[in-house]
Amino acid sequence: MLLALILIPFLAAIGILGGLPARLTAVIASLANILVATYALSCPACSDGFSLQVLADPKINLSLGITGISAVMLILSVIVTLAAVYSGKCPEGREKLWFSSTLFIAAGAIGAFLSTDVFFFYAFHELALIPTFLMIGILGRGDRKEAAWKITIYLAFGSIILLAGLLMATMHTGSFAFSDLAAIPASEQNTVALLLIIGFGTLVSLFPLHSWAAPAYASAPTPVAMLHAGVMKKFGLYGLLVIGMKVAPQGMLHWLPWICVLLLGNIIWVGLVTINQKRLDLMLGNSSVMHMGYIFLAIAALAANPANSIAEPAAILLMFAHGISIALLFSLTSLVEQKAGTLEISQLGGLAKKAPALAFLFGLAGMASIGLPGLANFAGEVMVFFAGFADWTPGESMGWVQITTIIALWGVVISAVYMLRAFRNTFQGPLVKATENAADIHYCEKIPAYILAATLLVVGIYPKIILQFLSL
Amino acid sequence: MNPWLLLIIPITSAVIIQLGLKRNATASALLSTLSVASTFIIAYLLLGKEVSAAPIEWIDIAGLKLDIGLQLDSLSKGMMIVVTAIGMLVHVFSLGYMKDDEAKARYFGCLSLFMFSMTGIVLASNFVMMFIFWELVGLSSYLLIGHWYHKDSAADAAKKAFLTNRIGDFGFMIGILMLWGIMGTVVFADMDGGKLSLLCTCLTGMVVLLIFCGAVGKSAQLPLHVWLPDAMEGPTPVSALIHAATMVAAGVYMMARLFLSLGITPDTAELIGSAPQVIAWIGAITSLLAALMATQQNDIKKILAYSTLSQLGYMVMAVGLVDANAGMFHLYTHAWFKALLFLGSGAVIYACHHEQDIWKMGGLFGKMKITAITFIIGTMALTAVPGTSGFFSKEGILHAAHESNQALFYIAVIVAALTTFYMFRLIFVAFFGKAKNEHAEHAKEVAPVMWIPLALLAVMAFASPFLGKLIPATEGYHPHLGFEINVVTIASLLAFAVGFIAALILYKGKTSDPVNIPLFRNKFYFDELYAWIIKIFQDALAAIIHFFDAFIINAMIIGGLSRSAVGIGNIFRRYAQSGSISGYAFLMAVGALLVIYFTVFASK
Repeated sequence: MLLALILIPFLAAIGILGGLPARLTAVIASLANILVATYALSCPACSDGFSLQVLADPKINLSLGITGISAVMLILSVIVTLAAVYSGKCPEGREKLWFSSTLFIAAGAIGAFLSTDVFFFYAFHELALIPTFLMIGILGRGDRKEAAWKITIYLAFGSIILLAGLLMATMHTGSFAFSDLAAIPASEQNTVALLLIIGFGTLVSLFPLHSWAAPAYASAPTPVAMLHAGVMKKFGLYGLLVIGMKVAPQGMLHWLPWICVLLLGNIIWVGLVTINQKRLDLMLGNSSVMHMGYIFLAIAALAANPANSIAEPAAILLMFAHGISIALLFSLTSLVEQKAGTLEISQLGGLAKKAPALAFLFGLAGMASIGLPGLANFAGEVMVFFAGFADWTPGESMGWVQITTIIALWGVVISAVYMLRAFRNTFQGPLVKATENAADIHYCEKIPAYILAATLLVVGIYPKIILQFLSL
Repeated sequence: MNPWLLLIIPITSAVIIQLGLKRNATASALLSTLSVASTFIIAYLLLGKEVSAAPIEWIDIAGLKLDIGLQLDSLSKGMMIVVTAIGMLVHVFSLGYMKDDEAKARYFGCLSLFMFSMTGIVLASNFVMMFIFWELVGLSSYLLIGHWYHKDSAADAAKKAFLTNRIGDFGFMIGILMLWGIMGTVVFADMDGGKLSLLCTCLTGMVVLLIFCGAVGKSAQLPLHVWLPDAMEGPTPVSALIHAATMVAAGVYMMARLFLSLGITPDTAELIGSAPQVIAWIGAITSLLAALMATQQNDIKKILAYSTLSQLGYMVMAVGLVDANAGMFHLYTHAWFKALLFLGSGAVIYACHHEQDIWKMGGLFGKMKITAITFIIGTMALTAVPGTSGFFSKEGILHAAHESNQALFYIAVIVAALTTFYMFRLIFVAFFGKAKNEHAEHAKEVAPVMWIPLALLAVMAFASPFLGKLIPATEGYHPHLGFEINVVTIASLLAFAVGFIAALILYKGKTSDPVNIPLFRNKFYFDELYAWIIKIFQDALAAIIHFFDAFIINAMIIGGLSRSAVGIGNIFRRYAQSGSISGYAFLMAVGALLVIYFTVFASK
């Protein structure tokens, strides 16, 4: 059952390369995956893990399973995949590459999240990166070569360091199974934690290893930007929660001040960089980097006290919410470009008059990403903030995490500044040359947007729908 | 009667309009008006009754339980009457005022969204729920200020309102988190004020002031007051409902709720250190500066906006004097007569073809009798003419100030004089004298759908203090409704006389402003100051940081690494002779090889 979730997109991608109608196959495969995922999650018993031994010593198994956190990531992956195959504008004649790559990325991401073996967890992620690089390098926009190189170098660099950390973490038991992960000797914890923070951190664009992200997303074809920013980027956070906290809790505590400073780099530094962006896509790319800081904040709270029961659900809910909202924003940005012909904010204006549906959806997604209550991100953010204060004893001085939380809250103002500015200059005000003849989005273009927007609303109003999986 | 309906009805109306009735403006308007009318009836039926509603769990994980629940006590039930009754009259007025607007359906949908959000603030049973609806009210305000978003000024004003409120909410959220740390709960009913006595007043006072930051934003107190005058870009009925009567008063309501939950009374005020004094002074200074700004404005709505700021300052001052009931009582009377004044200005603006400059009006008294008379009634209440509602509620605040702080009392009296001065300046210029413009010359009384709400509000400008059970205050609060001769009353009457005579001498029959005080006219240059701060501390800083980000972190440190890797890649590329793609594939292959190598190596 779980294997099917990986095989469906994988085989469909191969089928597309072999001549199946590209778009149709991709749509069918992603719909099928939603059905299978729904079935697998509604009946945990029938989705019993899958395991196939690859190596006995060290113990490496291709084993799949669903834990609470992977269930949430699975839902995120299948929803974003369906929206991604509907999004963007595929260049004429490149459908094979476009749709098969999209499905390969999805298969890799789902594989990584379902793996319960460190080796395959890592390997699936690496496999998903290859089509990502290819798509940016071949079908990207603007300065695609440079963007592709940059993301490749960064992520390869991060992956190698990560690999070293993972090997050190698993060396002691000689087993790669998640179930065998255990705290390693204290003498090595600091080193392993550092390697994992840098390795996973690079993949999540932790400051100052973030500057690959915005240009890569701006250049990437829309489905790739959606899948990478929305889904793949959560791999690093997932890894820190599932592996990092387990093998090196004291090491994580040791680096806590650094985590705090760096996550504030994401929130405040990159937040200010975001304010200064002049293009819609670069602005969103940077905003996505910024919002990683809040998830790191939950990780910091967990590092400070592994018994903090709010931090992990907070991180997971915010990972989910961020994934949906950023995918929606990238999908809509592509529509803005198709309708107005530019993403330079200074050349846009008044688009709401011509494209009210697009404006409504963009406004909703933007409001979600700046943490408006009623939408998913707020539920995640507010939980993160509470997690930050869960270990505060009134009357005593505040710790690293509390002070970081307070400073991080200023990011709520910063993100409102850039998002409302962008919305104001793109959709409001009088019409300008680029927008005076723009058309509204049509029915077909609305499908992915409505799927994602509805998810944001439902989860925002009723976050338990996601949180319930965490007790699995 | 299920109290949840108070939330369900307006949100249903908003959703139906958004999803289904966008093209049917008339149906949208009717649906929205009906929904607010039915919530008014429900709110009225709930008065004086013991009702409870089971909370709904929103987030429930180990260590954190957040509910959506209803707090139904005399404070919230009274406030519901204010919100729904004025909401209803504003809806009715809007039927006339927005008759020909091309986005009428959107307008009424947003009004319903606002009613939903405001109800949520009023009925919230805990701080997180209040914060949720607090932000949603901010959203509805943003949408309604920006109703005519194709105008740059409206779009900018909407953005400014939202951002300024966010700054206040930054402190508000920190305050909520710290209060949660202290109390172990965010639920109002479960808070134990006794826990405050275990802590340093430096901490408890700071928590109260951080929460107060939320009120500073929402109730537009100094230094976050700048958004409210700009918010007048929204349709005038919106100004009456949101930016005069209800939303901007939410900060005062929230503080009253906080003090009630923590059990802060004059006897226990020392538990929160000097926070009350800070609050009182912020209120007093806001009230004084706003009144000074109001004396030199020419836009009829701007005058009322600054007047609202000033009156909110009074209420905040009362909160700071630890007499939240006096503040709530003034909130209550003010809501009626300020809504009356705003709707009256709406009628004038409508009749004068969207002219808002009072110096282009004049002589409207003869042409719009009902509007003019009701407007004057509203002015009398605002300037605290004995017998009007405003007199009683202002007396309450003046008494509170007189008892505890003479400096604040003098400021309050000066503000009272200024209030009379700027309001009668408005009346003499706009309603009397000669018509100064063609539109004013041909102005006609507005339709009944617009003047009936005015008439009802005018009745409330007199009657509201006597409808005791409507007053949103703590159980058993009875405002003092007598008239005695004492220092406070004499000061109040003198203030009125001074303000009125000054306005009469300076403005009766004038066609241009004989007074010119640039400092007041330019609002003490707050906007210019903030624009400068934003330019220096935000935009310039952002540009500098962007520069460092792009050229130091990226180009030099990481870029150097990446360039050397590109160099290596180029060697491989040349070697493989098949373009850059092979480079990526090669790197990945190296990665995969390393995995295998390390795996085997490590296991030995």
